[in-house]
Amino acid sequence: MRKGLSLFNLSSLVLGFTFLYLPIVLLVIYSFNASRLVTVWAGFSTEWYWKLLENDQLLDAAWVTLRVAFISATVATVLGTMGAIALTRYGRFPGRMLFSGMIYAPLVMPEVITGLSLLLLFVAVNFDRGFWTITLAHITFTMCFVSVVVQSRLVTFDRSLEEAALDLGCPPLKTFFIITLPIILPAVVSGWMLAFTLSLDDLVIASFTTGPGATTLPMRIYSQVRLGVTPEINAVCTILIAIVTVVVVIASVVTKRQEMERQRAERLAAAG
Amino acid sequence: MSTGVAEKTQKTVGGIRRKFAPWTDPKAVPLIRYQNVTKRFGSFTAVEDLSLDIYEREFFALLGPSGCGKTTLMRMLAGFEEPTSGRITLAGQDLVGTPPYKRPVNMMFQSYALFPHMSVWDNIAFGLKQDGVAKDATAARVEEMLKLVKLEQFARRKPHQLSGGQRQRVALARSLAKRPKVLLLDEPLGALDKKLREETQFELMDIQMELGMTFLIVTHDQEEAMTVADRIAVMNHGKLVQVAPPAVIYEQPASRYVADFVGDVNLIEGKVESNAGGLVRVHAAAADMSLTIAQDIQAQPGDAAWIAVRPEKVRIDLDPPADRSVNCVSGTIWDIGYLGDLSIYHVELADGSRIKAAKPNLTRMVERPISWDDKVWISWSPDAGVVLTS
Repeated sequence: MRKGLSLFNLSSLVLGFTFLYLPIVLLVIYSFNASRLVTVWAGFSTEWYWKLLENDQLLDAAWVTLRVAFISATVATVLGTMGAIALTRYGRFPGRMLFSGMIYAPLVMPEVITGLSLLLLFVAVNFDRGFWTITLAHITFTMCFVSVVVQSRLVTFDRSLEEAALDLGCPPLKTFFIITLPIILPAVVSGWMLAFTLSLDDLVIASFTTGPGATTLPMRIYSQVRLGVTPEINAVCTILIAIVTVVVVIASVVTKRQEMERQRAERLAAAG
Repeated sequence: MSTGVAEKTQKTVGGIRRKFAPWTDPKAVPLIRYQNVTKRFGSFTAVEDLSLDIYEREFFALLGPSGCGKTTLMRMLAGFEEPTSGRITLAGQDLVGTPPYKRPVNMMFQSYALFPHMSVWDNIAFGLKQDGVAKDATAARVEEMLKLVKLEQFARRKPHQLSGGQRQRVALARSLAKRPKVLLLDEPLGALDKKLREETQFELMDIQMELGMTFLIVTHDQEEAMTVADRIAVMNHGKLVQVAPPAVIYEQPASRYVADFVGDVNLIEGKVESNAGGLVRVHAAAADMSLTIAQDIQAQPGDAAWIAVRPEKVRIDLDPPADRSVNCVSGTIWDIGYLGDLSIYHVELADGSRIKAAKPNLTRMVERPISWDDKVWISWSPDAGVVLTS
């Protein structure tokens, strides 16, 4: 096998990554633009970031977004973990296939449909739309992502660990909290982070389920962009990218660590 | 443990073991009683109408191929499975319906199931903490257990920092820490290599004697069962085939299945010719001759019977034996398996059937006097084999 990159491989790599990241890089660069015009470079400046602090509308939206993301990710993690346990543990109840299919379905469901159906539900039950309806909607659609992440960890979980705890006199619920949960915690944490970032950058479902007084950051940005792109938007987007990147990097490092730890333990066991 | 100490303990162990046979005493009360226990998983019957008594301080082995129901039988005692019907009692108390965390038995798992996020110390202390044992009492017991399995230096390590053998010891210490009435061992040595496994078998026996506890071991390794156990229950298809001390299982198997499963055996098919005065004569179709076995059995002339002879009890010579009271057959050497300590000679009889004879290699000779295609005589005395009617 040839070690070096062929011209073809190199060009596909460059083209691919350019296509993916050039727009984002441009956005980040222009957020440090001194000019008011988005397309004209007029020197480096952090002016727009300072301006941001005075923009109450954007700050409000950011605060709403963070609260929604935090609450929905937390609730979705609890529910998603419970769902994952039910689906991996109670192996043969009638309709298991249906249930596991139904857990995965929202992953591929068009957001417009999820948003619309939730809106119809809230209207039907006469639920006042606003902060809590967005949160509920986000719980609904992020829960299945958590469930998938936790389920993949539970599949390789050695159930005799739980049996050992029961055998030594530990009741089932306590066993879950002191044995099962600490062992699957990395998967639960990455599930939470995934849910958090998904909620953070959701526009479609939030737009459908929102009401007066609850505007999330993506919604605010979208409505401002329609009146023209300002460097402030670039700045806020850069911050958003930074947050998402940090969370995703932490999540993948946690998963990677766990995987390496497991492989190391397995190697040791094999050598032992 | 130094070898000196090991030998000493071993001798006392042997001394007590010879006298230990509560199953022969009709007044002895069993500690564990399985009464007509059946366990079904859907349409699969794992254990079928099985009754078994196990006595206090006994080292009892459940032996059988995978899927024979031995693990299910053990897991029902631990409480991980409930019997479909029947009763399981421990010291007179009905266990059915009691959850595993309330049963006075502990289990050592095949995978060891050590808690990966806890140190060796915390793993061993786990059961005591669940029972709310005082801190200093817990500490004392954990130290005692660490000493018992010789892991004092490793108390602060995590399971993944230990070798396979060390992990096995932690698992043992953890399951012993609560001093359960019964210790269940599910293929406890399966993951160890042969040398370590043999060493550990003797250590298990020492520990069992030292603590005076009842051990129930599940294994598919017949040598392991023979080494450690006071009695062995051979299982097949969810039923007990024979329950007896190792020597009885080996020398007087109850059926062809047991004879074949435990150790190596020659099975010769035939018909009972006569049965009188403790001597059974069986006409063997393969050799077209009558063979004599000294055995008291219930069999009528004409009944189908099988003669089971262990290879090490079969003599092999180039000349016919002088003693005409022994059973002897002639044949030719078909194959030789050289194992170092033994050579296994496969002898082909006139009709094409084969009999194995094991001969210890008592000298350093590399060229053996008996070789391929040699005409040989194989013989065994009337008390070497057994007649089986099932």
